Amino acid sequence: MELINHLALGFGVAFTPLNLMYAFVGCLLGTLIGVLPGIGPLATIAMLLPATYALPPTSALIMLAGIYYGAQYGGSTTAILVNLPGEASSVVTVIDGYQMARKGRAGPALAAAGIGSFFAGCVGTLVLAAFAVPLTEVAFLFGPSEYCALMLLGLVGAVVLASGDLLKAFGMILLGLLLGLVGTDVNSGVARYSFDIPELTDGIGFIVIAMGIFGYGEIISNLSRPESARQVFTANVHGLMPSRQDFKRMWPAILRGTGLGSVLGILPGGGAVMSAFAAYTIEKKTTLQPGEVPFGEGNIRGVAAPEAANNAASQTSFIPLLTLGIPPNAVMALMVGAMTIHNIQPGPQVMSSNPELFWGLIASMWIGNAMLIVLNLPLIGIWIKLLSVPYRWLYPAIVLFCAIGVYSTNNNTWDIWMVGLFGIIGYVFIQLGMEAAPLLLGFILGPMMEENLRRALLLSRGDWSVFVTRPLSAGLLLAALALLALVLLPAFKRTRDVAFVED
Amino acid sequence: MKNTKDFYAGLLFTLVGSAFGWGALDYQIGSSARMGPGYFPLLLGVLLALLGAVMMLRAALFQADRLDAIGPWAWKPLVAIISANLLFGVALGGLPRLKLPALGLMLGIYGLTFVACLAGERFKFKEAALLATALAALSYLAFVLLLQLQLPVWPVSLAGD
Repeated sequence: MELINHLALGFGVAFTPLNLMYAFVGCLLGTLIGVLPGIGPLATIAMLLPATYALPPTSALIMLAGIYYGAQYGGSTTAILVNLPGEASSVVTVIDGYQMARKGRAGPALAAAGIGSFFAGCVGTLVLAAFAVPLTEVAFLFGPSEYCALMLLGLVGAVVLASGDLLKAFGMILLGLLLGLVGTDVNSGVARYSFDIPELTDGIGFIVIAMGIFGYGEIISNLSRPESARQVFTANVHGLMPSRQDFKRMWPAILRGTGLGSVLGILPGGGAVMSAFAAYTIEKKTTLQPGEVPFGEGNIRGVAAPEAANNAASQTSFIPLLTLGIPPNAVMALMVGAMTIHNIQPGPQVMSSNPELFWGLIASMWIGNAMLIVLNLPLIGIWIKLLSVPYRWLYPAIVLFCAIGVYSTNNNTWDIWMVGLFGIIGYVFIQLGMEAAPLLLGFILGPMMEENLRRALLLSRGDWSVFVTRPLSAGLLLAALALLALVLLPAFKRTRDVAFVED
Repeated sequence: MKNTKDFYAGLLFTLVGSAFGWGALDYQIGSSARMGPGYFPLLLGVLLALLGAVMMLRAALFQADRLDAIGPWAWKPLVAIISANLLFGVALGGLPRLKLPALGLMLGIYGLTFVACLAGERFKFKEAALLATALAALSYLAFVLLLQLQLPVWPVSLAGD
């Protein structure tokens, strides 16, 4: 019953005209950047963070969250119609979605993606609401050693689920942790690695890093590839409704995708991309029913399952952020930044100290999902038109918005020089095949980890065994070890390699 | 050696890790019970440097035949995008050392758009001018009127302050 009271409070907050408007703006922007290839939720949220200074914190978070899960909807449109993932998480949707479009079944493919996303979004929100209270109680049992172990688990998770080489991913995390330490040390007051530059004593801004690497770096890399002739299936979108047969096939796939996505979203390091891969792999393993199109040739289950999974995961990845204060992926790391801008320390105390923010955000997600299905199915025509905007008009706008965004965080040109520097670094990362998402996660967790490590070892008088003698922390470390073992096992390694080949 | 991507990634890790580790020696290290500001960065720096060394060895000795070379560098987009960004910064902040006053957001947008457009395959003056005008109008509406960000909009001398 408590849950119903909480949700009632949440809907009361979310249904105010102001918050409805920001939820709508978030969903609209999310769909927009989801549809447009070459710009993702990470860069967009980073760009808009400074603009949310002036908003009340609840409205700001509602809007930013809308961008994240809205992008999961929009990404599928591009995947199906252009054979290009609009969003990293719709990489696998491309495989069967585009084949369906080629066979004149773009409508049912779009509908399957939309319906799957909506169902999964609703379930994911419910999971979030139901698990928030019990998990918060667990969080209060956490001491510094548990927090440290949990962050380690999160970082290992990020490595395991990152695409490509394990050593490289570990290196990126270490690099992120180190960059996070630049600036004044809270314990001793020493300005570390700041080279007597006053701006650096405050540390490097994560907006600067996110925009440099994910904004500029990506643009430079995109421009180095010739503008290929894109074939957009726009004329073929008629008859959105899937047939009865389609419905019968996609429902079990949506259910499986939702379940998988909800679980993988909670896991540290998980998130929308990995869930979509995993859901597609599972669908491929099931036997085909008589008369069903094989996977890779336009099977509707190959669209419904990953789209359901990525949307479920994008909702449930808020769970570790809101209950433990630990971001499970890079987008959630930005949400930490959004919360700290508004003087809200993410963690178990948010639920009791800011209940209207906590439940309002959760309720807004349900409303947002309802808005998104309307935005994405009946209004699909608008997004199709948008797909014809050439990239050469788009990228100068992105550069401009990034530059204005970083400048306005501190009203200081220093940030503009820094974002340029990180743009170069981001391009070098891409050239060397180094995936940058783990770096951002490490960057956010760096200072938190040092602080908790210090405290844990201060309490134990320097005895490192405290991490294994306390049962909760030992359990978390075991889980991290198990995750590592899992990747190194040959069977999993093979699936992981297969899953990332399509990348 | 064909696997240059991994080798240079390893080299980068080793260099950055060593630099951070070296820098950490300037700060008080302390003990595990009482960590100084140098403790954690030293630990991470050493780890990163070692990891980079392992990657270099692996790329040079064990996976030397894996074809994973660094692709060609896109110098034109790299230079154009980064200079567009720098130019915009100069327009907003001016260069006090050279006594160059701030030119403001509007001129900055034109500068940024033109230079950024040079990164593309073909540069069309008319298209760039149109795009810049559209972006300037949109930015004025969104950032100056709607969000009321504190930005220098016009050149200092023209604004009269």
